[in-house]
Amino acid sequence: MTIIDDILADFGSAAGRGVVVDSPPGAGKSTLVVRAARTMAEAGERLMVVAQTNEQVDDLIDRLATAAPGLEIGRLSASTYVPAQRVIKHGSVTVSGAVSDVQTSAVVIGTAAKWATVTEGTWERAIVDEAYQMRSDMLLRVAGRFTRGLFVGDPGQLDPFSVVAVERWAGLSWDPMQSAVAVLLRHNPDLPVHRLPVSWRLPPSAASVVSAAFYPFTPFEAGTRPEDRRLEFSVRAIGGDPLVDATLETARRTGWALHELPARHTVRTDREAVAAIATIVVNLLRRGPIAYSEHAPDGRPVTADRVAVGAAHRDQVAAIRQALADTVASDVTVDTANRLQGREYDVTVILHPLSGRRDASAFHLEAGRLCVLASRHRHACVVVARAGIAELLDTHPSAEPVHLNVPVRFPDGWEANQAMLAHLSTMAA
Amino acid sequence: MSILTALARAEAVESGRAQPLTTVRHTHIAEKPLVLVPLALAGEAAAPLAAMVGTGRDAGRLLVVANPRDRTQRFQFVAQLARVVLAYVDGCSRTVDTGQTSKLRYAEAPQVLVPNRGGIEFIRLLGRSTRFRRPYGPHPVHRTVPLLGQWLTFLRERSDHPGSGMLLALTEVLGEHWATGQSGLEDANLAALLGWIDPPAGLDGAAAAEIAEDPLRWPPAGPSTDPTFDNEVLAPALAAYARAADEQAKSRAEAALSAAVAEQVEPTWGLMWRAVDLLRARRAGASVEARWAVDRDVFTMYHMSLAEGTALPQPRRDSAVAAAGRLDRLEREQARYEAQRALDDPLIMAEFRLSGEAFTGTVVSASPNRVDTSGKKAALRPHITVQTDDPVRLEPGALLVSPTRLAQQAMVVSVSSVDVVLELSKGMGRSTKQPAPGSVPEVGEVVTYGPVSDAYQPPGRFPAREETPWTHGGPPPDYQPTDSDAAEDWS
Repeated sequence: MTIIDDILADFGSAAGRGVVVDSPPGAGKSTLVVRAARTMAEAGERLMVVAQTNEQVDDLIDRLATAAPGLEIGRLSASTYVPAQRVIKHGSVTVSGAVSDVQTSAVVIGTAAKWATVTEGTWERAIVDEAYQMRSDMLLRVAGRFTRGLFVGDPGQLDPFSVVAVERWAGLSWDPMQSAVAVLLRHNPDLPVHRLPVSWRLPPSAASVVSAAFYPFTPFEAGTRPEDRRLEFSVRAIGGDPLVDATLETARRTGWALHELPARHTVRTDREAVAAIATIVVNLLRRGPIAYSEHAPDGRPVTADRVAVGAAHRDQVAAIRQALADTVASDVTVDTANRLQGREYDVTVILHPLSGRRDASAFHLEAGRLCVLASRHRHACVVVARAGIAELLDTHPSAEPVHLNVPVRFPDGWEANQAMLAHLSTMAA
Repeated sequence: MSILTALARAEAVESGRAQPLTTVRHTHIAEKPLVLVPLALAGEAAAPLAAMVGTGRDAGRLLVVANPRDRTQRFQFVAQLARVVLAYVDGCSRTVDTGQTSKLRYAEAPQVLVPNRGGIEFIRLLGRSTRFRRPYGPHPVHRTVPLLGQWLTFLRERSDHPGSGMLLALTEVLGEHWATGQSGLEDANLAALLGWIDPPAGLDGAAAAEIAEDPLRWPPAGPSTDPTFDNEVLAPALAAYARAADEQAKSRAEAALSAAVAEQVEPTWGLMWRAVDLLRARRAGASVEARWAVDRDVFTMYHMSLAEGTALPQPRRDSAVAAAGRLDRLEREQARYEAQRALDDPLIMAEFRLSGEAFTGTVVSASPNRVDTSGKKAALRPHITVQTDDPVRLEPGALLVSPTRLAQQAMVVSVSSVDVVLELSKGMGRSTKQPAPGSVPEVGEVVTYGPVSDAYQPPGRFPAREETPWTHGGPPPDYQPTDSDAAEDWS
């Protein structure tokens, strides 16, 4: 754990105003945040923690209160917030909408939106979680509350976005549409940037692919060996669609599978693709999958709550949910890439963002979207797509306008899509 | 592109005519808009060549720069343009809105119409190159030039605001109201777009649009000119002016140049007014007037602050705090604009219904006298159950409003595959037991519920400029006007 010690030493030292930690998927970001919060709090520092969603705040509180039961934790919340069970079960947590009620707590946690409404009090140190998902205008609103910050996040995930399309600020170092870390580093280029080099979630079969496609200049490795992770089916396939069985078998064996449907231009809620996903998920659960890993060397059944389905659009998600209702897979998580960020499952089934499309728009090409979808699993990921994505990519090279003074971002979505596809095409069932 | 837009485009191809995307007009069209068709010289950013400007079809004035590369002549042209634009702007401030009692609001506001997005960009660049000029110092200009720059910049900034109608590109306004059978890129050609919307007798949209692509019959709507015209007409005309030895030859060359440019601009001028007529023919949506009132308020404030000399400076770049504040405002206005459009227009509401954010159905049960006693004070909170076939994708707790009962708020209590239960509040009269007659939908009534429009969203709280945090570069230096303000990095 030397890297975490380095980070804590940097953050704890009196020099410098902040530390940035880049963390690839499943590299122990939450562990780092909890440990940093605990170390600082136990050293007697008053600490503020900023997360992006209520879900993330509650998760963090649960983990921190479990790790350090004696620590006084304040949870800042909006008036409409209903405290989650996993928060109120800890006696050390005070939930309040007013900062004065939690002033004395060793650690105060809240969403960025809530912190932005706080007008009094300053904290010596702050931890900003998921800082790459935070827009820089939100950082502007909360940065006045703390002197030194630890910014933790995954640079490969989805960038924050805005519903208005204005190019007015393109190229400005404080462009409010950029992520908080991008703006922070442009104004403070000498801040130390650490990288967590090992993904504990992704199996070796996925870590190498995801690292090469989405983190071309900051590679990471899997924390496990190939023999540590294994997926087995306890029931043999009987009389189903042989293609689906072949897909599941490929995924079991290699950790990846591309389930390809005939090429066709479709509407967003492609009925055949939705049906294929439903069949795959239902068949997967019927086969009684058992996951063997470093946590469960003797195997642990993969139940519906350990499986997720991901898609790009909300209407696709709704269509898939509808197809899964009243099946054995009705409890499977189905969500968009935005909402799957930061979550972890044993097996995922994803609908490729470019499947059935006529054009490859910036939204569908965004590297972060595919990266989130392709990096949620501990064992296997099945990609469902219409054939013809490679040709689609070839006819739609990135045509985004280039602005002066805007740093080039890696990876390029087009290139990442090609890399991913090249790997998947060798895994076609 | 949404499914409904895609369908309308397919229908446009099939029928050979543009199809309406809306049932009402969502943009205010002023009684006396100022139409401006600018032309620029190729090869230099925002070098004006000519502009046709005026408030009536027959009142167009053509202004031409005889030598667009000559800075003195350029700013003489800008001064001429300023005379027209400033007279128009001041004309809008003559009358006061008598319906407004709490604060002063002019009855009119300027509305400038340009053909396309390029026109808006031209206004931005022209504003930027003129607002920092001074009537004194090393390169003095007429005193109206910087003032025009301030107004052009003001108009350009307003055009970023969703729902504002002070500076409009007509191709964009028409494109929001009609779907054609051609691509979005082709829709940016005003002549082709109007060909689809209103084809001449005997032609269908595709044929009319094809004719419109001929630059000889329909010259480009600017600011870029047709390259063949540049090479074969404009270049010789400019050369003839440059060669002219005496005053007489000069004025002859100038007249020839004006005639050549007029031929390029006049077809577009006619198209602009046809587009205005087409838009006027459609009834305005219910909230158009309210949005125009916001425009008039902003205009009133800016006009008065300019007169008092307290107008805020318009820097070339926003500071960190200003940028964040502006984005916050734009996002709130965008949400409001979209909701208002949906409530005004069943066709826009249909988009929300398709995406599951709104629904239409029949009330199957209602408990109009339901009283909620859980709070400190008992409150009338009727429940209604609406049966619907729409694919509802709302979460319990979502706030909705019905286009027929805008004052009433509805909260989703539960959603099943066939019906939605709503809890109503507000807009039911004073009684805490008995709702006012007709205020609660009755069983059998067909109702539509969609996203809330007028829910007050507080503006975001931002630090003061001098408290810009270290993460955003710290406080910016104070602005001190100097003679070199007008200089650009590259000039």
